[in-house]
Order: sequence, then structure tokens, then C-alpha cells
Amino acid sequence: MKKLLTFAIAAGAMAITGLASAATLDDVRTKGYVQCGVSQGLPGFSNADDSGNWTGIDVDLCRAVAAAIFGDGDKVRFTPLSAKQRFTALSSGEIDILSRNTTWTMTRDTQLGLNFAGVNYYDGQGMMVPSGLGVKSAMELDGANICTNTGTTTELNITDFFRSNKMSFNLVAFEKADEVVAAYDAGRCDVYTTDRSALAAQRTKLTDPNAHKVLPEIISKEPLGPVVRQGDDQWFNIVRWTLNALINAEELGVTQSNVQSMKNSDNPAIKRLLGTEGNFGEELGLENNWAANAIQAVGNYAESYEKTVAPLGLARGVNALWSAGGIMYAPPVR
Amino acid sequence: MKEHSVFQFVNDARVRGILAQVALLAFAVFCIGWLVSNTAQNFEDQDKSLGFGFLVQAAGFQIAPTLGTWLFDYEAGVSTYWDVYFIGIVNTLLVAALGVVAATIIGFLMGVMRLSQNLILRSFATVYVEVLRNIPLLLQLFFWYFTVLRALPDKRGKVELLPGVVSVNLEGLFLPYPIWQSGAGVAGVIMLVALGAIWAVNRRSQQRQLLTGHPLPFWRIAGGILLGALAVIWLSVGVPFEWSLPVFKETGPILRRGFQGDTAIVVIPEMLAVWFALTLYTAAFIAEIVRSGIMAVSKGQSEASVAMGMTRGQTLRLVVIPQALRVIIPPLTSQYLNLTKNSSLAVAIAYPELVSIFAGTAMNNVGKEIEMVGMMMCVYLTFSLLTSFFMNWFNKRAMLVER
Repeated sequence: MKKLLTFAIAAGAMAITGLASAATLDDVRTKGYVQCGVSQGLPGFSNADDSGNWTGIDVDLCRAVAAAIFGDGDKVRFTPLSAKQRFTALSSGEIDILSRNTTWTMTRDTQLGLNFAGVNYYDGQGMMVPSGLGVKSAMELDGANICTNTGTTTELNITDFFRSNKMSFNLVAFEKADEVVAAYDAGRCDVYTTDRSALAAQRTKLTDPNAHKVLPEIISKEPLGPVVRQGDDQWFNIVRWTLNALINAEELGVTQSNVQSMKNSDNPAIKRLLGTEGNFGEELGLENNWAANAIQAVGNYAESYEKTVAPLGLARGVNALWSAGGIMYAPPVR
Repeated sequence: MKEHSVFQFVNDARVRGILAQVALLAFAVFCIGWLVSNTAQNFEDQDKSLGFGFLVQAAGFQIAPTLGTWLFDYEAGVSTYWDVYFIGIVNTLLVAALGVVAATIIGFLMGVMRLSQNLILRSFATVYVEVLRNIPLLLQLFFWYFTVLRALPDKRGKVELLPGVVSVNLEGLFLPYPIWQSGAGVAGVIMLVALGAIWAVNRRSQQRQLLTGHPLPFWRIAGGILLGALAVIWLSVGVPFEWSLPVFKETGPILRRGFQGDTAIVVIPEMLAVWFALTLYTAAFIAEIVRSGIMAVSKGQSEASVAMGMTRGQTLRLVVIPQALRVIIPPLTSQYLNLTKNSSLAVAIAYPELVSIFAGTAMNNVGKEIEMVGMMMCVYLTFSLLTSFFMNWFNKRAMLVER
């Protein structure tokens, strides 16, 4: 009886602490850090080094959000998630932001109870094959064995591509990217398909990266961006505008090194962004120098990109600013 | 006086008991209510709803060829999430059933070997048990998968295990399959009748042994019946099936070369690796259970049976094992349950079982976590309860009949 009562109390206590509250900002402030869901290791996007330091463009976004809230880009903790676990982790309140090269689709936006706060990388699905096969185009892939990750849009895209081209294929879908790479490397599959950025990143893990080539076809649009729970507009705005602030900073020439001196700039757009004019931070529930803190922590979008994604050999391409021939475009701070 | 009676009331053990029960019940109801209302609130906040409508939607992703996809004729974009659910269940059941059978055989073998007089056999079994049960299953899964993959030629090569009939390469194990001809139905009926007759002879033989002490020559009679049945089938309808042998192409488009999947039964390497890993891991535990069971039978029993003139084999089969089974069966049930549940680790190496395709791919596409996890829990609960029921029934049969 006594044991049973203790057990019931423990169970009750667990149920109560497991509550996910609607006001994420308050929760984050109370616990003192942002819990950020990232990948289990994708160079350029979110990858941990030997000593457990996370780097990558997705990681930078989380650091920027933490800096916007606390003025300190290190007040963030990372939860590595498989593609399969990521949405459940977000809906259950285990993480505050999902910044894990996640594709924005209509189903995810409308049916999963999630909101995409923007796009920090425009990607597309590609295919990699061993050069030795002599395959030149995806249209020659009839009968191929294809390796990919479970729980991603890639499974759906590749199925659509083969169905619409009336070609047959087998799909071997692993939970983690490391196993996909290992199985492809062992020859289990003729093709490795995922987002082209990830192909570039995972390729570095192959025994002989130069013995493989990426086919020219891009079979899907994969706008990748940070995700938050639906129903908390304030938190949604904070994440969305932190991302916008980084992109605007690039456009306005505000960098990590000049952000403090730029506060004295004569340009009203820069003044509004950095909080020396207007009340934009407070409207978000933050301090007025929120964006300055974010830029101070990770640099503007271009700086973040150069540090993280560019070393993979991926040029800016469509991810350049709209003013430089790309489609990266942030609404103004005003 | 009045106060005194209140104290009496509280001091009454029975009344206190009831009060505590009521308090506990209220607390449990409160907790459940809290959970439910909290879930409902979160659903509302996130603008989600409960419902099983998604089950009839078409699933737009491909699944690797397995028993499940073959049984349900899976076609991406046409088949529904219901099909995905059942394919997952079939694939889980398949690997669990194969694993239980193989693990039992290997486990018994190893358990008996651990008690062998032969030093080499005994040492081998000891090393087997100690190594395999102390390495995490997930690691063993990866070990088998990548060993199997590294050891085999790619899909444009092959290793012939039985030339022209059974071959293996990176795409899997290719087996011939029977194509039923006309007359297969008749042949099936004849075989059923023969099996029924063998069962009857077995019963008869047991009854006779109880009455007279002399069993019928069962194996000879059974063999005769079987041969007779085959002869009848051959005379009446001929050979009722043809083998479809795996076809191997060495020319044509490079991705089309290798074994042609529709000409053979393909056992994908993921399935083989999961099966090996689950079997060998669980067998190590079963070996220890068997050993403890055999050691629990007192030495006097085997000495007595040898004294009565039984051979070593008869002693083991008729005296030791039946008594050991009483000790073996209950923990064996747990191992079977563990094996079934452990099969969910297969998601790590791309075997399309329930957790992988239903809770993984499908859940990411439709986002009905509560419903889908609920459905999945029902499946594992059902498997577990069925296994328990069966093993309890078997346990009752094997229990000591007290006279």
C-alpha cells in the first residue's frame, strides 16, 4: 500500500513536470538557456567536434536566438535528433527550436502543429552515384538500389521521381545518416539521395570521396529552415526575426566586428536593426539591442555561411542575397 | 466520550484501509484527468486533432521488398497507411518468429554444450555465452550488418551457395520459389490427410505404450505413410509445382544487371543481419537458462535412470529434459518477449519493421503521434500477451503432475 502510494505520487509528479507550456519565452528565461534540436552530425549545418562544440549554419541560428534573448550566444543546449524523432521532440516540448536542415512543406506546416519561421538555406534533392557505374543522368537509374534516411521528404521525392518516370527502384531507408553513408560506401546501394548540401557534407565521410559524383538533376525544392511549435506567436516571431536580422545585417553591411561601431551609423535602417532607434526589441519581448547581440554572437548571414557551409565547396548560388542574384530576402525592420 | 469514539473510528485498521484506498483512487483519477486535459490543451494550442482518418490515405513512399510488401502487394502512392501498418506488423512478426525458433535451437545446443564433458565444446559454449550476452545488441546488429555487407560481392557479382539455385550478393539471398501447377490443391489435400494419419498413429502409439509398455514402430510407419502419400500425388497429378530459379543477367543497362528480383525470393541483407543478431544474442541467454534448468534436476534422477538400463540419450530425453523444462519455460518466455521487442532496433539498419516504417516514415508524413504510438503499443502488447498465454499453457502441460 505504502509502496503503491509512493509510486502514484512519483507518477503524478512526473506528469506535472512534463507539462509543455504555451509561453516558450518564459520557459526559456526561467531555465536560462535555449534547447535547440539539431542533426546527429551534418558538417556545415550542425556538427559536433571532438570536444563537443557544435558548429554549423543551423547551430548559428540557435546561438543567435540565444544571444537575442540572453545577450550570450552560448546559452544554448543542443539535442541531436534523427529525422524520425525531430517533430515529436518539438511537439512534446523537449526542444524549443528545431534547427535541423528541415524542409518546409505544406503538410508539415498545416498538419503537424508546427510553424516554419523562415528559410536559412534553399536546397534541392540530388543524387550521388559511384563514378565507376558510368551513369550520367538520373534518367538512367531504372532498377537502382537507393539509400536514404527515414522520416524525410527525400523518401517521398525519390518515390515521386521514379513513379513519374516509370522507373523501378528499391529504397533502403536508415534511421541515421552515418549508416546511410556506411551502407552506400559498402556498395549496398547504387545511389545515395538526399539534399545536395548534405550530399556535399556526407561525401567527406566516404572512403574515397573522389570516386563518386553528384548527378545534375535536382528533383525537388527543399527550403530548409527553423521550426517552432504552432500556437506561440511571440516565440515564432523571435525566431523568425532573428533569422531576418542576420540576413538584413548582411544587406546593410553590419558584421560581427563592426556591429558595435555601426550603432552610431547615420543609416536609419541600421539604427532600427541595432536598437538605437525605435522599440523593435521590446515589441518582441526582448531588449532593444537583441539583433546587435545576435550579430555579435554569430556574425551576419554571409559570415555564418562562409564559416560553415562554404568549406564544403558549396557556393552561395540561390542562397546569395536578392541584391546579388540570389533569393535570400528578408523583410525590413521597421 | 464523543472524541473517544472518533479516535476509535480512525484507529480501526479496516476503516483506515478504506480511507487510504479512496485517497489513492482519487489521486489516480486526478493524475489521469490531468494528463488527458493537458494533452487536450496542447492539441488545441497546436491546432491538431485526434483521428484515424489518415489510415486510408495513400502512402507516397517506397518500402524495401520484404514478406510484408509481397503479402500486401505494396505500391507506393496507391497503398494506404493501413497497408504500411500491416506490412510493419508482418515484418516484425517474421523476424521475431524466425528469431525465436533459431535462438531456441542454438540456445539449447549451447546450454547442453556448457555441461559437456568435452573440454573444447564446453569452452566454446562458455566463450560464446560470455561474449555475446555482454555486447550491446545494437552493436551486434551493426557488426552483422556491415560484416555481411563487406563480405559479399556487389549486385553485379554473386556467390553461389547451391549453383544455379541459391545465391547471395549485396542485394540479398536469392532463393527459388515454387510455381503451383494445376493439381496443387489435390496434392495439398492428400498431404493434409497423410499428416492427420501420422498424428493419429502417434497418439495410438503413445496409448499402446502406456498400456503395454511397447510403442508402435512410429518412425517407420510415419515414413511409410509419407512416401505413400507422395506416390499417390505423383501418380494422380504428377509434380504439382515447378521451381522458378533466380535469373542472373550480366548484360544490359548496368543498374539492371544482377539477379532479377521477380524471378526469386529475395531475402534482403538487412533482414539477415537482424535475424543473426537477434538469434545469437538471445541464444546466449537461453543457453544459460537451459544450463540452469538441467542443473536443477538432481543427479539422483539420471543415476536412477541409468541404473534402470536407459541409455544416455534416453536419460536426457525422457528423464532430465522433461524435468528441466519446468525450470526453463518461465524465464524462456521472457526471452521470447525480449526478442520480439528488441526487433524494433532493426530500424537502425533499414529493416522495414513496424517501428521503422510506421512510427518512422509514416509518422513523419502524417504527424499523428498519439494515435500511431497507441496503435504500435497495441501491437507489441498483443504479441507479448499471446506469447505469454501460449507459454503459460505450455508451462501447465510441462508442470509436475503431482500424484
